[in-house]
Amino acid sequence: MAGNSRKAAQIERRVSIDHEGFLRLAGFRWLKISLVTCLVAIIGYIAADIRPRPNGGSWYGYALGTIGAGLIVWLALLGVRKRAMTPGGWSLKAWTSAHVYLGLALIVIGTLHTGFQLGWNVHTLAYVLMLLVIASGVFGIVVYSTLPTALSANREEMTQAQMTDGIAAVDRQLHDAAQPLAQAWSDLVLAALTEDPFRQGLWRRLSGRYHGATEQAIAAFDTAGPAHSDPAIARVEALLRRRKAQLDRMRRHLRLKALLEVWLFVHVPATIALLAALTAHIISVFYYW
Amino acid sequence: MAFRIRQIEFTADGRQITRDRDIATAELTLGRAAENDIHIADLALDARHARLTLEPGGRLAVQAVGTLGFTLDGSSTSSASIDPASGAELGFGSYRLGVSREADGAVLLTQQRIEAATGEGAGFDPKRSFTLAGVMPSKRTLSWLLAALILGLFLAIPITGNLNRSSDPRIRTISDSSWSPGPLSASHHGLEDSCQSCHVKPFESVRDSSCLTCHKSTHDHAVPNRLAGARATPPLGERLLQTVAHGFGKPGPGACTDCHTEHEGPAQMEPTRQKFCADCHGTLNERLVDTKLGNAGDFGTLHPQFTPRIVTDAQTRKLTAVSLDTRPREDNGLIFPHKLHLDPRGGTAKMAMNLGKQAGYGKSLTCSNCHRPTEDGVRFQPVNMDRDCESCHSLAFDKVGTTFRTLRHGDIDQMVADLSASDHGAEPIVSSRRRPGNFASGGTYYANFAVPGVGLSSVQRALSRGGVCGECHTAKPEGGKPGVVPVTQVSRFMEGGWFDHKPHAQEKCSTCHAAEGSASSADLLLPDIKQCRTCHLGEESRKADVPSGCAMCHAYHPSPLAPRQDRDERKLLAGARKQED
Repeated sequence: MAGNSRKAAQIERRVSIDHEGFLRLAGFRWLKISLVTCLVAIIGYIAADIRPRPNGGSWYGYALGTIGAGLIVWLALLGVRKRAMTPGGWSLKAWTSAHVYLGLALIVIGTLHTGFQLGWNVHTLAYVLMLLVIASGVFGIVVYSTLPTALSANREEMTQAQMTDGIAAVDRQLHDAAQPLAQAWSDLVLAALTEDPFRQGLWRRLSGRYHGATEQAIAAFDTAGPAHSDPAIARVEALLRRRKAQLDRMRRHLRLKALLEVWLFVHVPATIALLAALTAHIISVFYYW
Repeated sequence: MAFRIRQIEFTADGRQITRDRDIATAELTLGRAAENDIHIADLALDARHARLTLEPGGRLAVQAVGTLGFTLDGSSTSSASIDPASGAELGFGSYRLGVSREADGAVLLTQQRIEAATGEGAGFDPKRSFTLAGVMPSKRTLSWLLAALILGLFLAIPITGNLNRSSDPRIRTISDSSWSPGPLSASHHGLEDSCQSCHVKPFESVRDSSCLTCHKSTHDHAVPNRLAGARATPPLGERLLQTVAHGFGKPGPGACTDCHTEHEGPAQMEPTRQKFCADCHGTLNERLVDTKLGNAGDFGTLHPQFTPRIVTDAQTRKLTAVSLDTRPREDNGLIFPHKLHLDPRGGTAKMAMNLGKQAGYGKSLTCSNCHRPTEDGVRFQPVNMDRDCESCHSLAFDKVGTTFRTLRHGDIDQMVADLSASDHGAEPIVSSRRRPGNFASGGTYYANFAVPGVGLSSVQRALSRGGVCGECHTAKPEGGKPGVVPVTQVSRFMEGGWFDHKPHAQEKCSTCHAAEGSASSADLLLPDIKQCRTCHLGEESRKADVPSGCAMCHAYHPSPLAPRQDRDERKLLAGARKQED
């Protein structure tokens, strides 16, 4: 039994060493494919002698546009595909890798499709939305590859539930300790206790800068110097500081989580908006054919 | 009179514990502080929160002591009077206090905690709370909103506007400007807001008929069926493209929009590339076997010799296109040796010197003394006898006092009349010069002779070879009346192409026109293609001083005007000149 479990642990370790992220999958296969695609598109752009100047309505423009539209639809389908995890050559990981690199190649394909002719119209709207989606995706890749380490370091092996439980425990002690306090003091404590740490807006979450009721209560206790002689107040203040320490950790956690997540709030709606703009772009082109 | 306080609590496993205690007093205190009769450990309450007093009538008066109030049957208040018999429910923070009267007359206060004390262990929902879902609108809602907004603004509104558009093309369709991929060319600027002028039917590409509603006088390049026959089978790639284009309902090849692209901004159309012409004309005779046009694919290497239209019969003034390879002779009706006139040591040179600078002459006769450019500088005006020849070739036939009488050029009847009416014909034979002896006026042997025989004979003399007319014209009586062979001066020899003298102004005339050695006006002094090729070769040529595409001399749509490239250059020059001014 012991031997078996050791063997299992060994296999486990090898798997983790062999782990290959979606970015470097199969020796950067999709990066290479994307680079070749871009190169071919650029060479074609230079070679195709479009008069009077390159534009999306030329044969080469239509070719690039068709490829680009196909890519956009396929890239958007990751949202469907990701809900089914499969291994193998067409694994979700391979699909994600292709999603990232082909998505980046879309910058070249889409830009060449415009022929650098931009204006205030639905066509440029689609292009700008496409760039917005790609930019948010790039942000997503950057945070995915840099932030998880910081996230683990901040958690110190704590789960999210443990974080909230810790605060709840301090809160219960605070609640009891504050009972003998005069109304003015107990109001401060109550404000700190009743403040929902998750109710803060997006900017506070992303910046991690708070000046909430707990901080205000600590500041008030600090300034009221003589009150410290009261052991009940000293105890409450100590508890408030413990609460703040725990709250700070959770807020750092929230900030990192928010950064890991916020790009999706751009990426996904912008993708759907892009699909709508793309539809309008294509229909309008053929409507006024 | 007493209060009975009943505390109801629940154990962790849900079991209910009820504790009653009786307090025999008429007044109770309620608050967070421990010394209160009813002690409620909730920070939302004042230390001394409320006072409950039994009134003599049996009613219960509740009065808030501090700044905070309480609820009576759900609504906030700071004082209340309750009949315990009918009952009520008071709320203090997280606690509920039911008021009723017991059978023994005691006022029963049922104290029950209904929720966690305010601020005590706030209820987290970790799953939702740790994500952004709590602080952001949902991605799905955002997506639907954006998609609906875009489809509405950029699809539904333009289409609705287009379907309900007015039949008057001047009235713009609302909001379809968001569909325009770019500004129109300068000449179509007026159509900027009138998409339906060209995009007539939804999902139908722009047809030639739309263009022709305004461009009525634009000519076809050739008769359509000849044009179709002349078109070379395009290479596989292009055939594929054409198939795809036809699949999507594009007209062509040869549709207006094939060349005239739009929405490219207010720029002029570029001159047509040589390749475009060479596709058909490079091997034209393979498909149009009966064509009179020679193959042409590149001016430097494949272009037929020029075939100017020259006068081949002076009498009928018939113009015939003749290849310069056949060394054609022109019969324009005029006797004019260029060599004689341009000789720097001949009589004309002497004459020019005599006439002098004031009259516009130099040391000898030059081309510009007789050939005057047209106002646009493209060609030359026909030589005009009165203006360009008469300073030497005088038509004076009589002198009355100090005034010379002159024949009117070009009017034979007038000439006959003038000469016939001249009573003394030509100059008197005897001049005023004095001869030795008595031969002068008033002398012994003096007679004032005139030239014998005036009238018709003087007309004949004028028309005879060497006479005042016959010097340049060939006499040819018509219907018994005197006359000359008509003179035809061709001002544009090559109508299929465009030649502009102005850009060639820095060249000497003699570079192209071998006039100095020409002894006869039958010599056609036009340069042939070899001459042009010293500077002009095909568009792609690296050797050429002037790489020249077809569009430099030819236009796709037959027109007497300059081809587009030339017109554009002219506009540029005009613009530059304006700036200099």
